[in-house]
Amino acid sequence: MEKFTSHTGTALPLRRSNVDTDQIIPAVYLKRVTRTGFEDGLFAAWRKDPEFVLNNPAYSGASILVAGIDFGTGSSREHAVWALQNYGFKAVLSSRFADIFRGNSLKAGLLTVILPQENIESIWAGIESDPSLAVTVDLVARQVRWGSESAFFEIDEYTRWRLLEGLDDIGLTLRHVAAVDTFEKGRPNFKPKTLPAKI
Amino acid sequence: MAKTLAQKVWEDHLVRRVAGEPDLLYIDLHLVHEVTSPQAFEGLRLTGRSVRRPDLTIATEDHNTPTTDIDKPIADLVSRTQIETLRKNCAEFGVRLHSLGDANQGIVHVVGPQLGLTQPGMTVVCGDSHTSTHGAFGALAFGIGTSEVEHVLATQTLPLQPFKTMAVTINGALPVGVTSKDIILTVIAQIGTAGGQGYVIEYRGDTVRALSMEARMTICNMSIEAGARAGMISPDETTFAYLKDKPHAPMGADWEAAISYWNTLQSDADAVFDNEVVIDATSLSPFVTWGTNPGQGAPLSANVPDPEQIEDLESRGAATRALTYMGLTAGTPLRKIKVDTVFLGSCTNGRIEDLRAAATIIKGHKVASEVTMLVVPGSAKVRLQAESEGLDKIFLEAGAEWRQAGCSMCLGMNPDQLKPGERSASTSNRNFEGRQGVGGRTHLVSPLVAAATAIRGTLSSPADLLEV
Repeated sequence: MEKFTSHTGTALPLRRSNVDTDQIIPAVYLKRVTRTGFEDGLFAAWRKDPEFVLNNPAYSGASILVAGIDFGTGSSREHAVWALQNYGFKAVLSSRFADIFRGNSLKAGLLTVILPQENIESIWAGIESDPSLAVTVDLVARQVRWGSESAFFEIDEYTRWRLLEGLDDIGLTLRHVAAVDTFEKGRPNFKPKTLPAKI
Repeated sequence: MAKTLAQKVWEDHLVRRVAGEPDLLYIDLHLVHEVTSPQAFEGLRLTGRSVRRPDLTIATEDHNTPTTDIDKPIADLVSRTQIETLRKNCAEFGVRLHSLGDANQGIVHVVGPQLGLTQPGMTVVCGDSHTSTHGAFGALAFGIGTSEVEHVLATQTLPLQPFKTMAVTINGALPVGVTSKDIILTVIAQIGTAGGQGYVIEYRGDTVRALSMEARMTICNMSIEAGARAGMISPDETTFAYLKDKPHAPMGADWEAAISYWNTLQSDADAVFDNEVVIDATSLSPFVTWGTNPGQGAPLSANVPDPEQIEDLESRGAATRALTYMGLTAGTPLRKIKVDTVFLGSCTNGRIEDLRAAATIIKGHKVASEVTMLVVPGSAKVRLQAESEGLDKIFLEAGAEWRQAGCSMCLGMNPDQLKPGERSASTSNRNFEGRQGVGGRTHLVSPLVAAATAIRGTLSSPADLLEV
């Protein structure tokens, strides 16, 4: 995974709440067997509307998405994270994320930052009056900066360290393979196995 | 210290606990399907890793699969590639797979329980948010993303931060015509789509105790629609009776050992939940959604709400937007809403009991001429069982379509989709914009409401059939 330390870019305001992962990428776009190429599916239904903010040329090249509350509800499809990344987003800001989406994003290296709604409103106001306004998401300082304003955000220390170092979660767990071996020896016999198959 | 059911199962699976790091949890069962697994298997290939426990892993084909002509190659080439990729991956990594046409193929959350692979006190994961279904057995079961699928394939563990626990207690006798689907739709409308965020919900109370396993699965299935990662119900005699003699249920001395462990899987009497919600079952009635998230629901007897009457500005805006998408006018009685399609199926309501319940209502009636009704069993086994009971004939004689097993119209991924502007009454779990096809409009309902709606052509409950 790519390291994430600090990112500065322009930001796109998505003034909608409860954006579910079916909106982020509809199911019909989930058929690829790679991790790339999902950008065409990003907000596919909404993008058909010329007025949709993603179609506004003023925000082309934006790399930070500033979304309404409860972003990423619904389906566990990690394709939603990949679609955002494939399109060019490095970070998403919202006052609340759905659990599975947040977990997926932090595994895949898309930084999801929780800020109070008043900060989100302030950033929206800033980038709507000046779409070229630079926004910085600084994981080292745990801070978002825009215009003359800034706000600190919380993120658990372990996840932050993993993102800063760009570490592979599986590699980290495999360091503890002896503990897994030990645990398996103590598992009860009555726990089911899928093999050999019984039908 | 007193513990909740979720805490007990969590602690029984702790591989490693170190301050400042997530807990490392052992996973007892990993369910796999074609959509969220290809990139995970590819990740293993790229890093030269193998599947640690193929014997704790099982795959099935469900999301992409057509529900007609299953003996022919899948017409959609991209869907076919995804299915073929799963087949290749399972063969290469030694994972058991139930393919289209196999008697055990079906929706992953129907297949696990029917094989007896889902048991109390287990940790169960799948790259699918409706994995919460398996919590009905007292398992800790939750959906994961593809990165986590790869993690479980490689290590049979997951690093996780502990969840908070919420008790949803439901007491009292359910009125006639009210089902577990109405219970969970009511719970979601009450606590909101983010109300369960960060929690495992434990459903308790005498109403829950009286429910069948199928009905319990419907409730746990939609925990994710309330924002909760998992829902659980402590196991009891109903659970044990369901499991007894299932193909992978323990046998002999193992059964006895399992029962004595399973009997410990109750929240302690003095356990403290982080949040509690109480529901009076006697006050419930058939419940349907009118909006574009599962929390936007109301009793069938109500009218489409007026967004102007909603105080919270955020909710008001969402309701206004939802009514525009749904093509509904505030104040319209929900019972007057006409539908084009009725979908009976999905991991929420595609089990044998759901088909039986709908068949009881539809028997001797005809599906309204302007309505298409799709009946899609949750698994091939459910379909065979239903056919042995003659349910297929009841649906066919009423004018409904009797299909092969799969996710079907629950999500717009296979050929079963709504056309733009079409409206459905659907026993599935999500009424998101475009969920059942681009521009499609979804009302979530119970199997009983689905059946009555198919007959009358407007959102209806079985009681409405008595009015002539």
